[in-house]
Amino acid sequence: MPVEIYKDKFTGKGQEVILGATKEQGGTRAYTVKLGGSSTLPFLFYEGEIPNRPVIAMEVWDIKPDWSPCFDQYYGDVWNDPAAWAKKAEGYGADVIYLRLKGADPELENSKTPEECAKVVKAVLAATGAPLMVEGPGQPDKDNDVLQAVADAAAGENIALGTAEKDNYRGIAAAAMMGKHCIIGRSPVDINILKQLNIMITEMGVPLDKVINDPLTGGLGYGIEYSYSTMERARWGALIGDKMMTPPVVCLAGPEAWRAKEPNAANEDAGPGWGDQPDRGIMWEAMTAVALLQAGGDLVLMRHPEAVKLVKKHIDTLMVSNKY
Amino acid sequence: MAFYMIGERINGMFKDIGEAVAKFDPKPIQDWAVKQTQAGAAYIDLNVGPTAADRLKSMEWMAKIISEVTDVPIALDSTNYDAIEAGLVAIGKPGALINSCPNERAKIERVFPMAAKYGAGIVALTMDKSGIPLNADARVAHAMELVAAADEFGVPTDSLFIDPLILPCNVAQPHAPEVLEALRQIKTLCDPAPHTTLGLSNVSQGTPDRSLVNRTYVVMAICAGLDSAIIDVGDDTMVEAIATADMLLNHAIYCDSYVKVYRQG
Repeated sequence: MPVEIYKDKFTGKGQEVILGATKEQGGTRAYTVKLGGSSTLPFLFYEGEIPNRPVIAMEVWDIKPDWSPCFDQYYGDVWNDPAAWAKKAEGYGADVIYLRLKGADPELENSKTPEECAKVVKAVLAATGAPLMVEGPGQPDKDNDVLQAVADAAAGENIALGTAEKDNYRGIAAAAMMGKHCIIGRSPVDINILKQLNIMITEMGVPLDKVINDPLTGGLGYGIEYSYSTMERARWGALIGDKMMTPPVVCLAGPEAWRAKEPNAANEDAGPGWGDQPDRGIMWEAMTAVALLQAGGDLVLMRHPEAVKLVKKHIDTLMVSNKY
Repeated sequence: MAFYMIGERINGMFKDIGEAVAKFDPKPIQDWAVKQTQAGAAYIDLNVGPTAADRLKSMEWMAKIISEVTDVPIALDSTNYDAIEAGLVAIGKPGALINSCPNERAKIERVFPMAAKYGAGIVALTMDKSGIPLNADARVAHAMELVAAADEFGVPTDSLFIDPLILPCNVAQPHAPEVLEALRQIKTLCDPAPHTTLGLSNVSQGTPDRSLVNRTYVVMAICAGLDSAIIDVGDDTMVEAIATADMLLNHAIYCDSYVKVYRQG
């Protein structure tokens, strides 16, 4: 008697979201990316379809960041030029540019105005062909003003605007809806709030195929296993038919990994067996990204070009079908 | 997996529907189809009732006018299988439910191949000509034969909705716990397990507070393995109790508007 190997069957699947718009679609991007749409758990090709490869976004700031000096050799000459920085990131393999408008933080001296932010966005769009995601400074009132200006400046480009949170989603959802852009909804590693947020965003009229979720992941060694459980449960919910859990998931792998002490510490400050900087940092980021892909991330935000190379190579192997 | 509510309201036994069927007036029927869709029905039961002059023609007509106003699949409720087939043809797409077929060979041979042909599910009753058994074991024995019949006629077991048949608590009280035990066992019969269903309102026939009896029993039954029921989807307190039971069993991820989300399917 032949042995029948048990396979899970699912009734639901992830929502597919398209980021970017080409000339034919009313934008100027060289290509679009499709996120999500899986009908199985991550990389289990034998139990469902995985129509879209995970995507790597690279981080660009509108001001000089306080990053480890090991990034200087890649971006040292463009820290103050987001458009040139984005172009470099594209060269380093970014599928998507993730622009963080840190300079608009109202706490900063010379905080950027919404108009200045819109200019940065236009410059980045002009310099690159990759689809764009834009994150406001994270202060609710300023986010609303900045992202409205950004949405107008990027009309037709189908960018993603972030980040909407439970107590601050109306303005961003309105900007996304009016400009036909995508929206990033974020919750603090809380699946119940994430679901509620998706309900509120869609009730405002944003279609589900324009919603991306950021479950706010931890970095390697700093709560990543909790993120893993949350993301796995979200995917499971989507697969058993919970529509409000179907949006594709973006993970801030780079920023979270590099927030820790371990990737940044100079060799003389390193613990025993830590290995040398910058390889240690690159591995820390790559491992964070890979773990989050295994947890169900559809897009990982990354920082170090060498880590991007490693993760891209790893995605190649993960995307070889293991169907039987 | 979410609990499926089968809306019971389009039944010729109700006065407004009975009159509409007699006069071929689509409005009351379509109104109830829309109302039950909005209330979260996963299926809309269609029973032409006793007043229809021509059950076959009425079934066909009602299936057609309901399909015009809602995408929710229809449960064709009749003992006349030619009328059900006319309804399936009128619906013209898979996903409908045949309500119902007992564990009697002649009826199985009529209904199960029809379900396979039209891609329909079946409400299968745990009874035969000798009637409804009292104890759980006899109910489960019927269920096992119905599962075997599904396999024989090429009906997927998860298209089967096994109804262990609840009786009014004021005249047949010992049945209520037996049905709960039967539900538990039916869910372990095969993989994928068949669905389970009940004509829920039956449990409260003749009691003064029917809604209380209905919602208490439905929560007990959901806990035992009930995953669908023919109910009054307009009974808000019951629908809220169902949504809450479903959530507490971890079938749906909690969020503050879980009741609303449940209604939206």
